[in-house]
Amino acid sequence: MTTAPAKAGWRFRQPSVIPGFGLTLGFSLAYLTLIILIPLSGLIWRSAALGWADFWAIATDRRTINALEISFGTAFIAAMVNVVFGTIVAWVLVRYNFPGRRIVDAMVDLPFALPTAVAGIALTTLYAPSGWLGSLLAPLGIKVAYTPLGIVIALIFIGLPFVVRTVQPIMEEIDKEVEEVAATLGANRFQTIARVLLPGLAPAIVTGFALAFARGVGEYGSVIFIAGNLPYKSEIAPLLIVIRLEEYNYAAATAIAAIMLALSFVMLLVINLVQTWSRKRYG
Amino acid sequence: MADPEIKSYTPHHESQSAAVTESRPAKAVLMIVTFAFLGIFLLLPLIVVFNEAFAKGLGAYTEALTNPDTRSAIHLTLLVAAISVPLNIVFGVSAAWAIAKFEFKGKAFLTTLIDLPFSVSPVISGLVYVLLFGAQGLFGAWLKAHGIVILFAVPGIVLATIFVTFPFVARELIPLMQEQGNGDEEAALSLGANGWQAFWYVTLPNVKWGLLYGVLLCNARAMGEFGAVSVVSGHIRGLTNTMPLHVEILYNEYNAAAAFAVASLLAGLALVTLVLKTLLEMRYGAELAATRGH
Repeated sequence: MTTAPAKAGWRFRQPSVIPGFGLTLGFSLAYLTLIILIPLSGLIWRSAALGWADFWAIATDRRTINALEISFGTAFIAAMVNVVFGTIVAWVLVRYNFPGRRIVDAMVDLPFALPTAVAGIALTTLYAPSGWLGSLLAPLGIKVAYTPLGIVIALIFIGLPFVVRTVQPIMEEIDKEVEEVAATLGANRFQTIARVLLPGLAPAIVTGFALAFARGVGEYGSVIFIAGNLPYKSEIAPLLIVIRLEEYNYAAATAIAAIMLALSFVMLLVINLVQTWSRKRYG
Repeated sequence: MADPEIKSYTPHHESQSAAVTESRPAKAVLMIVTFAFLGIFLLLPLIVVFNEAFAKGLGAYTEALTNPDTRSAIHLTLLVAAISVPLNIVFGVSAAWAIAKFEFKGKAFLTTLIDLPFSVSPVISGLVYVLLFGAQGLFGAWLKAHGIVILFAVPGIVLATIFVTFPFVARELIPLMQEQGNGDEEAALSLGANGWQAFWYVTLPNVKWGLLYGVLLCNARAMGEFGAVSVVSGHIRGLTNTMPLHVEILYNEYNAAAAFAVASLLAGLALVTLVLKTLLEMRYGAELAATRGH
């Protein structure tokens, strides 16, 4: 990702004896343009063609606002839960030796590999009032399936590996001498972790949070089964896009998609800034 | 799930003082939290899939899988993966060659664009093709006049699948090829090899395990994709239903046993993917890209 140092005169690329630059870059750009850029610009063009008044009416519709709040809110909570437990999981995997550690480590990637629809119906069965976990929680008055809490559960499942896999490699790199120095200087274990180790891990944790959050906002397959999908209550924004499409209301589908894209990019931008800041602060 | 016995961590050098590791009770708590969390969130759902699949016995299981609609869903899923994965391999190798072997302006921006599909909701990935090729879409009228069907047919499903699996191969190969540098290829070229030979006999053997790793993840997602495909497929039973979509239809018809039977095949695919991925990491860890993360 290093860009070439500035040389005398502007040059698109540095000279190289390796052939194939034109062919591979040309093909890559053409493929990228056809598959990704043209379709995405189509979305932006369609929402721009809507006109401000129509766009505003769709954006401020109660159902749209609620769906966006539910998507972003549940994704935020799930990502926070994953930050806490994901960091603990990563710590245990990096620092402790126990039988079956490799299997547990491999299992963490399950949500990457398991199709979302499969996860969706499995979690729903598990947390339904008659399910293994649902029947335990029902006497406590806790309803998970077909409520926003169910959405959070599905998004915790989906987001977990993002946090663990981002934090884990950074933990592996921690120099144990730093901890020894802290201990020698009189810090107890809690102080060492809270004031020496965690700040160093902060950028990775923030990145893991951002990835889990971004994935959670857009998630569809694992959520729709467990959510109950009640308008205004447990209807996520991606589902509302699908519903509008099925009503042939392309304008509303496009507008909601454009809002989601814009909000996600703003979030990623903010998180990028926070990351840069924390790297400078704790780097 | 694993043996509850807790062994203390042994670092490379002798520093076992209490101050650089957690106390035994703290360790025990952290391990219990980890096992409980992973057990509830990862292991239980997986067990549920297989438990429900066989809940009505082996007969019902095989019957669900030999049903004509299920078989056509399996065929379609294999067909879609067989088209979209190779296309993304060609793109991934080509993009990695351009980005890793050369220095040019706008490279960082191009790398960001390649990752773009990961930050787009799958539903939006499907929607963009509906806006292009749908009846009210940009090219809708033209396609209809020429009798070309993309949406609610195999081409649309393939396009949506390519969109969501777009970055997998490229993002695995780019860091790997950047780490390896250009030395080997330059040597091959100076010994008289042409570009294709340098790629085929030098680069490809160097990156083959990384490539396989990327293909593995790409394939798992291609066969399991739900949201994007759901938007463009039209859900025509026996025609445009992929396996994940068929799972949804069966489940919504309250045919849970059949839904979980098909789901168990997809879960099996996920497990095989995880095993192969772990084996690759164990055996060829050094030959995979050091910088990874989804």
